Amino acid sequence: MIPELGQVLLLLALAVALIQGVLPLAGAQRGRADWMALARPSAYLQCLLVLAAFACLTSAFVRHDFSVLYVASNSNSLLPLPYRIAAVWGGHEGSLLLWVLMLNVWTVAVARFSRSLPNVFVARILAVLGLVAAGFLLFMLVTSNPFDRLLPAAADGRDLNPLLQDPGMVAHPPMLYMGYVGFSVAYAFAIAALIGGNLDATWARWTRPWTTAAWIFLTFGIGLGSWWAYNELGWGGWWFWDPVENASFMPWLVGTALIHSLAVTEKRGSFKVWTVLLAIMAFSLSLLGTFLVRSGVLSSVHAFATDPRRGLFILIFLVLVIGASLLLFSWRAPSVGLGQRFGLLSKETSLLVNNMLLAVACGAVLLGTLYPLFLDAMGMGKISVGPPYFDTVFTLIMAPLLMLMGIGPLMRWKEDELSGLARRLRWALVLAIGAALLTSWAAGRIAPATTGALALAYWIIASMGVDLLERLRPRGGMSGGVVGRMRLLPRAMVGMWIAHLGVALFAFGVAMVKTYETERDVKMTADASTEVAGYRFRMVSVSDVQGPNYVAAQALIEVSRDGQLLATLRPEKRIYKVQSNPMTEAAVDSNLLRDLYISMGERLDNGDWIVRVQHKPFINWIWLGCLVMMGGGLLATSDRRYRSRQTRSAELPAGMAGEGTR
Amino acid sequence: MNRFLLPLGAFLLLALFLALGLRLNPREVPSPLIDKPAPAFQASTLARPEATIKREDLLGKVWVLNVWASWCAACRDEHALLVDFSRRGVAPIYGLNYKDKREDGLGWLGRFGNPYTDTLFDPEGRIGIDYGVYGVPETFVIDKAGLIRYKHIGPVTPEVLRDKIEPLLRKLDANA
Repeated sequence: MIPELGQVLLLLALAVALIQGVLPLAGAQRGRADWMALARPSAYLQCLLVLAAFACLTSAFVRHDFSVLYVASNSNSLLPLPYRIAAVWGGHEGSLLLWVLMLNVWTVAVARFSRSLPNVFVARILAVLGLVAAGFLLFMLVTSNPFDRLLPAAADGRDLNPLLQDPGMVAHPPMLYMGYVGFSVAYAFAIAALIGGNLDATWARWTRPWTTAAWIFLTFGIGLGSWWAYNELGWGGWWFWDPVENASFMPWLVGTALIHSLAVTEKRGSFKVWTVLLAIMAFSLSLLGTFLVRSGVLSSVHAFATDPRRGLFILIFLVLVIGASLLLFSWRAPSVGLGQRFGLLSKETSLLVNNMLLAVACGAVLLGTLYPLFLDAMGMGKISVGPPYFDTVFTLIMAPLLMLMGIGPLMRWKEDELSGLARRLRWALVLAIGAALLTSWAAGRIAPATTGALALAYWIIASMGVDLLERLRPRGGMSGGVVGRMRLLPRAMVGMWIAHLGVALFAFGVAMVKTYETERDVKMTADASTEVAGYRFRMVSVSDVQGPNYVAAQALIEVSRDGQLLATLRPEKRIYKVQSNPMTEAAVDSNLLRDLYISMGERLDNGDWIVRVQHKPFINWIWLGCLVMMGGGLLATSDRRYRSRQTRSAELPAGMAGEGTR
Repeated sequence: MNRFLLPLGAFLLLALFLALGLRLNPREVPSPLIDKPAPAFQASTLARPEATIKREDLLGKVWVLNVWASWCAACRDEHALLVDFSRRGVAPIYGLNYKDKREDGLGWLGRFGNPYTDTLFDPEGRIGIDYGVYGVPETFVIDKAGLIRYKHIGPVTPEVLRDKIEPLLRKLDANA
């Protein structure tokens, strides 16, 4: 009964989404307040319906209802409860339902926090979001219904993919979807503004916190996915340029560009056309990613089981949504007009270059991801593009971007002069190069590319220091000590610094781990030892362990340095009972300076094990960098100017306002 | 000409390619080689450059050819399955190390286990071209007469192994 209820709830949600998508939009065109007033209630109602449907599916998993095809394909009677709940989004159908639920959560948030926006504008935004939701609900009901019955019921289920049976994996898809779907808000703002013809600084100010919020989630989701891959796949890598990883990374790159171009649009009224195009692109790339993952046009590690109708449906949806948006864009954009003029050397220019580099980086990733498809479609044979292409191209594009990250924030709007900039930044440059050389020397090897990358990381931090010192220096007519001046810094600016600091930490981690990591594959038996990077690894024993739905060979390995016992690690080789594929459960001893990473390889005929031991200096800085970037984003979204009900008296004293440069 | 139409044009071009891509299946392209003699090859082995294997050496037995490379992420997905398969000794598996460096390939086998009876070293991808390889991994089943009887594109899954490859191997083995 409950699955049928879920089915009905989804149908109702589709009806409500269509009402929400059509009537307020028509009402906004005709100036009918009663139609526009439908937008908010229908958004709330749709969210409730989808949430209830989600609860129905969850209950089918919890109750082991193997008469539901989706449950039978992704669960099993041995699967522990937390994973049964996570299995709700472990496959194609359920993850789509999660997608729609997230979209509804964002829509409700917009409906809730848009009291200060004009009614017409809100009606259009919620209608656009309603149409997107309708498209996805229709996709689900037509091609991928999570509530399809399997009659007679299966005796037991096929189990959740063992790869997904991990705490990190439970949170990864929801976070990623929150980010993907969050860009639909920026997109809806852009479309509503294009229809209404009110693209201006105010529009940019409304859009910014939503875009940053989506970007925070996406950063978290991608970082979590990378961390999970590192800890779970047992290869010790953290990024593989897999088509699916790329699918999530492309919206991130464009979203990052969008955050920066929105800053220009808000502060100076420039880049309006470009900003709108980026907003459309960020969401389009989220949709494209969905298409790539779920249509089976590319072979990938994560590709969902494919059904040709699905690919076709998403493609049609993609063409309708993106095609219509770009058509609207081409019709409206010529009348938008240009913003204020700016000189060749100015903050606007540096942000323009930033946007270009990010867009080119995204284009390079897109090209690499789709190149095999292009060639195949033109009958020119089949190839696969691997990490060598991505690593090379991406590094080349990122280097100037990091260079710019040190200069851009210190530039003035409108016009700046080279001599002044050079004077302000010369010590930062010297410091960065010196520190990079010192670090390479301390690490034991000076490699040009690595030292360059480290110099860029230090450069970002050093120039940030210059910026901070300049702002904390007492200036005429200002009272209060350093602390007082510190408190006057706009949160958006501090957020920018922290986010850039995150990038520096990330770059530092990547450079260090890529250059100075060591690994060894050794045959080990009980009591054998090996030495890697000054650490001694001794295998104490290998024993069999029974998990809830797997059996594992678990090694006990003691790690010591200079005779001091540091850690006991227990890497496992698991065999899951149902799908009977072996899984490697790596064991990691982690701190901020290095990871010691052990994974079990093969068992040899004589009972020895091949064990892979890796020493990875500073790898955690990669994910720490992601977290710090997120923190910067969080701080920036909490900037007081986004809290609409501001009384004039609470504003910054004159002379400080407008200093915020993000 | 409205230059703001450019993004739309670019997108529609992309959509066209995606539509074409939908009609192609990256995993199951019928190989023109099925039931044809396996292309001849003579390659040095990965482990010992001085030793060579040629197609004629393998006539008279049913064998599996698995194309792999150390730079291929999808290969790691299927690898544990292959190791397990080779341990059960259903049929010999020969690897074709495709467009790879010798030390990388050997290191990879040392790390993840070596399911292969032997591995052909194909640094330029020449043998791969003869066999119509366009992506890694790919897996072929070749019978006693040296005919290609089956080709699987993409990582081998437990289902494919259980439902397609193993029954076929047993059937081919029974045909003297």
